[in-house]
Amino acid sequence: MTARPATQILVLNPTTCDGRGLCAEAAPGLVDLDEWGFPLLTGGGLRADIPGERLAEARDAVHACPALALHLESAARHRR
Amino acid sequence: MTIATTDAAERLGLSLRSSLAVHLAEHGHLPASRGRHGSVAGSLVDEVERSGLRGRGGGWFPTAVKLRAVVESSAARGRLSTTRRPVVIGNGMEGEPASGKDAMLLAASPHLVLDGISAAAHAIGATEAYLAVHRGSHLVPGLLAALAERAEATVDEIPIRLVTPPARYVASEESALAHWVGEGLATPVHDRRPFQSGAGGRPTLVQNVETLAHLALIARNGGPWFAGVGSPAAPGTTMVSVGGAVAAPGVVEVPTGTSVASILDRCGGPTADVTGFLTGGYGGAWVPTAGFAATPWDPDSVRAAGGVIGASVLWAVGPDTCPLHEMARVAAWMAGETAGQCGPCAFGLPSVRDDVHLLAVRRAGAGDADRLRARLGLISNRGGCKHPDGTARFLATGLAAFPDEVAAHLAGRCSFGSTRPGSPSSLPVPEARLASTDVNGRDFA
Repeated sequence: MTARPATQILVLNPTTCDGRGLCAEAAPGLVDLDEWGFPLLTGGGLRADIPGERLAEARDAVHACPALALHLESAARHRR
Repeated sequence: MTIATTDAAERLGLSLRSSLAVHLAEHGHLPASRGRHGSVAGSLVDEVERSGLRGRGGGWFPTAVKLRAVVESSAARGRLSTTRRPVVIGNGMEGEPASGKDAMLLAASPHLVLDGISAAAHAIGATEAYLAVHRGSHLVPGLLAALAERAEATVDEIPIRLVTPPARYVASEESALAHWVGEGLATPVHDRRPFQSGAGGRPTLVQNVETLAHLALIARNGGPWFAGVGSPAAPGTTMVSVGGAVAAPGVVEVPTGTSVASILDRCGGPTADVTGFLTGGYGGAWVPTAGFAATPWDPDSVRAAGGVIGASVLWAVGPDTCPLHEMARVAAWMAGETAGQCGPCAFGLPSVRDDVHLLAVRRAGAGDADRLRARLGLISNRGGCKHPDGTARFLATGLAAFPDEVAAHLAGRCSFGSTRPGSPSSLPVPEARLASTDVNGRDFA
């Protein structure tokens, strides 16, 4: 693992997500929707590094989610 | 490579059903307890570390690491915390339809498994201990009788309770099992692992029953004894569920690292030209026949050969069976086994089920096959548990292992004369569920 500057990670809880799709409207490109209407993060998993210049959009996505399925986490935190 | 004698290879006593008296005559009592937090308890964890024991439920995770994680999670809580003391759950759920090892072990040597639960509970200071098998399992009467024998003889420091969660595939997953014991709902939990916060919020150790049986022998004989046979990176013996095109399908116990060919020979050898193997179970991987017979049966070697040892299922597909039909049957069942919690699983599995069905019945075009491959990539790494990932791997490796058959089906032909339900090497698929998803988990209570 290479060292990188402190960054934020967008984290999706898939069991909480209902597929409303508001995250993709709030942050197009950071969050896309799959064919069933569920969020696809950059890299395809449940966690995506957010570049500093796009942090505001990621925050919008977090706050847009009616199911509270998204949150931002500092990369400094331990990763499971 | 370690070559073991037949005697050294059979440790788990699978040939007879042991009463407590027979069990104690054979193995003796567990080494005496010397207080819950005494040095002896700690020394079992050290002994397990020396043994190199890895979990036999499918993940092959180092058992000592898991034991320590529970102990540390418990120690990190305040002394007055009501959720400080750990819980132990013996996992005898065996959700893989092609696996039979756990049922065989629990029928033949229940006391070895129960000893393992007792020893693990003592080692980590647990105050609650459970053994879980599928609701309605034929094992229940025998296990209740075994527990009654132990209560009578007061062999367990804390009582072990038999619990019977619903017989759902994902209910075997360790977080689902802890969820069921704590809250009565056997759905997987995504955001915390059982060792951190499991049953009732307590640190929870979930171990496969075969792992616990090995642990009971390590408690008596020591780690170096355990590591005396098998592959150095995953030592000991392992049970293997062997099925399909072999003369005598069943469960065998062999040292890890035994070749696939030797395992098949233990089961009477192949009955026909084997066209491919399914390894690990329905969340496992298909491998083409060529060269696989020489593969040592241990996690690293099987993985290097393109397979997955998983729950130690080895299934040989014979020339009477179309692998694409097998994939379609299994995919339909796996789609019905979703807990319905996550979109990529609840919607993605029925979609790939439909795609592989079209392929099996020779109604798929090249575009359908491409869409199936794309969807398999899309449903992995996005669920709260590994159910969609396992199903995707099962299907993706199947498509890769049988490219000629995929091409034949796309051209409207089947090399195997289409399906023959009930053929000897046809995979076991339980009765399909009509309600494929139940987002409220009613089916899981």
